[in-house]
Amino acid sequence: MATTALPQNTYLHDTSPTVWDWIRSWLFTVDHKRIAILYLLSINFFFLLGGLAAGAVRLELVTPQGDLMSSDMYNRAFTLHGVIMVFFFLIPVIPSVLGNFLVPLMIGARDLAFPRVNLLSWYLYMGGGIFALSAAVLGGVDTGWTFYTPFSSSYSNSNVILTIAGAFIMGFSSIATGVNFIVTIHKMRAPGLTWFRLPLFIWAMYATSLVIVLATPVIGITLLLLMVERIWGVGIFDPALGGDPVLFQHLFWFYSHPAVYIMILPAFGVISELIATFSRKRVFGYEFIAFSSLAIAILGFLVWGHHMFVSSQSVYSSLVFSFISMLVAIPSAIKVFNWTATLYKGSISYRTPMLYALGFIGLFVIGGLTGIFLGIVAVDIHVTDTYFVVAHFHYVMVGGTIMAYLGGLHYWWPKITGRMYNEVWGSISAMVVFVGFNLTFFPQFVLGYLGMPRRYHVYPEEFQILNVLSTAGSSILALGFLLPIVYFMLSLVNGKVAGDNPWDSTGLEWTISSPPPTHNFHEIPIVTTEAYAYPPEAAERDAAAWRPGSPL
Amino acid sequence: MATTTQPAAPAHGDAHAQHGPELRHHFETARQQKEAATLGMWVFLVTEVMLFGGIFMAYIVYRWAFPEIWAESAKHLNTPLGTVNTVVLLVSSLTVALAVNAAEEGRRRTLLTMLGITIVLGFAFLGIKAYEYSEKFAHCSGYANPLAWATGGAALGETECLVPGRAFVFPEEHGGAAGEAAAAPTEGAVQAEPIGNVIGAAVPTQKTPHQLFFFLYFVATALHAVHMLIGLTIVSTLTFLAWRGLFTPVYYTPVEIGGLYWHLIDIVWVFLFPLFYLVH
Repeated sequence: MATTALPQNTYLHDTSPTVWDWIRSWLFTVDHKRIAILYLLSINFFFLLGGLAAGAVRLELVTPQGDLMSSDMYNRAFTLHGVIMVFFFLIPVIPSVLGNFLVPLMIGARDLAFPRVNLLSWYLYMGGGIFALSAAVLGGVDTGWTFYTPFSSSYSNSNVILTIAGAFIMGFSSIATGVNFIVTIHKMRAPGLTWFRLPLFIWAMYATSLVIVLATPVIGITLLLLMVERIWGVGIFDPALGGDPVLFQHLFWFYSHPAVYIMILPAFGVISELIATFSRKRVFGYEFIAFSSLAIAILGFLVWGHHMFVSSQSVYSSLVFSFISMLVAIPSAIKVFNWTATLYKGSISYRTPMLYALGFIGLFVIGGLTGIFLGIVAVDIHVTDTYFVVAHFHYVMVGGTIMAYLGGLHYWWPKITGRMYNEVWGSISAMVVFVGFNLTFFPQFVLGYLGMPRRYHVYPEEFQILNVLSTAGSSILALGFLLPIVYFMLSLVNGKVAGDNPWDSTGLEWTISSPPPTHNFHEIPIVTTEAYAYPPEAAERDAAAWRPGSPL
Repeated sequence: MATTTQPAAPAHGDAHAQHGPELRHHFETARQQKEAATLGMWVFLVTEVMLFGGIFMAYIVYRWAFPEIWAESAKHLNTPLGTVNTVVLLVSSLTVALAVNAAEEGRRRTLLTMLGITIVLGFAFLGIKAYEYSEKFAHCSGYANPLAWATGGAALGETECLVPGRAFVFPEEHGGAAGEAAAAPTEGAVQAEPIGNVIGAAVPTQKTPHQLFFFLYFVATALHAVHMLIGLTIVSTLTFLAWRGLFTPVYYTPVEIGGLYWHLIDIVWVFLFPLFYLVH
């Protein structure tokens, strides 16, 4: 194995005579795989940046006094963290990196339906990112990532316009990706690849794209109205004109709640792939997982009011929103139960992607269940704007989306680069992330329940121990995130050559060479089997053949 | 933006022996390419509907809150010009539909004529819209109409400024009083009356919600006009491509999906017109 060379004529193969041609071949590429690499680099850059801001926030909170930065600076730090992480990392990360790379491969297509629109989406992402970055460089924003009016429209003295312009432009990048995926999944599937033969990752991407397409334009127009109001000093959210600042919250959460599902649905898709491969079984309840993605996408549009229980919303609306919010638990639980049922009697191998996937399930259950607490009006009013909320959404966003992203990145790394990462370091990183994550965010549940409010840089002294624990955890978590960068880089130089199908997995993406050729498939495949077609006895055979050091 | 499928680069000429030059390599068949392009346009139109949906939502909220003010404000829009514009736009939709039909049947002259008429009608719409806007701005400057504004002619009888902003004055609300009362806080030092039950009534220090109507009017029609400009760019490109003879009865997808976009702009206006001009 180790002597095998990487295949020639892959999408990474470089034929450019000059450096300038080489740069052009990347910046003007319409190959979905190269665009995925562009996204991989740029999104991870923004992730590190958002992580730095988070580090500043956690460092400030080590002591009860505000000794590292002023309250104004602190506002700008957590806003930077929120804006970067939400708009420039969590929303695009899995669709734009893994989705871009995998959707055509998994459905047996040569590219996405609109390759140039795909490239455009990356440029829009970078354009939006430049706006957001320049806002940060010019002094930052202090509104929080939610940009609530009238503070954002009339009172804030920070770079609100630049930042929301960045988010606005980034929205069109999302839309371009969403439209592309919907059309690709509808029209570009290989012969024989019926809807119920699709990998669940594709179902998740489809549901995500529906949410993107329906929700993102609404935040676009909302931010546009906010920009107009701020620039010309007149607008519909201004109470002095009879306008309603709460209308902004409604429009904002009409996007931003579904956006939560834009972040987590792709993660569900990744986890389904990982669980199936590393249990060597067909996913239990395939149809239920597929349809629960769609159910979450639909229900996600009907629950935005649970962000507004204390925003003078009528109590009857709150009750209805509360009820529908709890309905979301049903499809989410269906997924978790089906994943665990897939594990049952599977031949489970604890490779790095699987460690991340198992970590995901545990953390997502905690994040999801605390979501139900918050969906109950009475409990929510008690813990509104406390660290309980912060802990809840970090369990879903970091414990869910980032764990799945890292798991997926490890799983498909050999396909993307043709080389294996270091398995030992991979396992260590998964453990470190898991431990660091829990140490960071579990104390925040306690803090929040005890009443520590979010968005303050000073706090009563009795909260210090828990805050120190949390900050200590965040440094471990940071280490866990930095480790993969190091060994992924090293793997490019001296990683073992992976071969076409290192995990012995099903799925069309594993039938072609690693890294794939530019046009993916020399012959468009004809699909005759369902997804995850592991033979019934695969798990048992695998378990019987297991020995220390066996590949799975 | 690649909303239209464009011809493949001529360098690939030899690889196109099996099919027309317009089939891009990642598609298997021309039919697949056409279906993908059409579906893509429809999905994109859904996002456009949601984009305007935000404005319509705000409209619903405020019209529900201030129905009388909406009725009063609507009288200050130029309904005859709005009606003419509606006709202009509906006719342009007809010509686009005829253009698609001509493309389908391979009648290049008709196609070019219809696209040309569409461009003329599109610019006519924008011209009339610009005149309506300038009317409002002329009133703010104290002139009776845009022509007087440009030449320094007749002054406006009563003070009126319907462009949202500091200078906004809604005539009936202030009974011809000089300017916005809010600008002179010395007039009424103490406001004793409760504000809650006088929404829409003239509270001297409080601006009235009339501005909300005109703000939504300007934002919605401006956003619509931006879409008209994009639409005109698309139709002009189509005209150029048609003049170059790109379209055949086998391949005319760009005309079709460009037409879809134009129809969407038309439909948005069909909603905007009654909601703003006809609610009194």
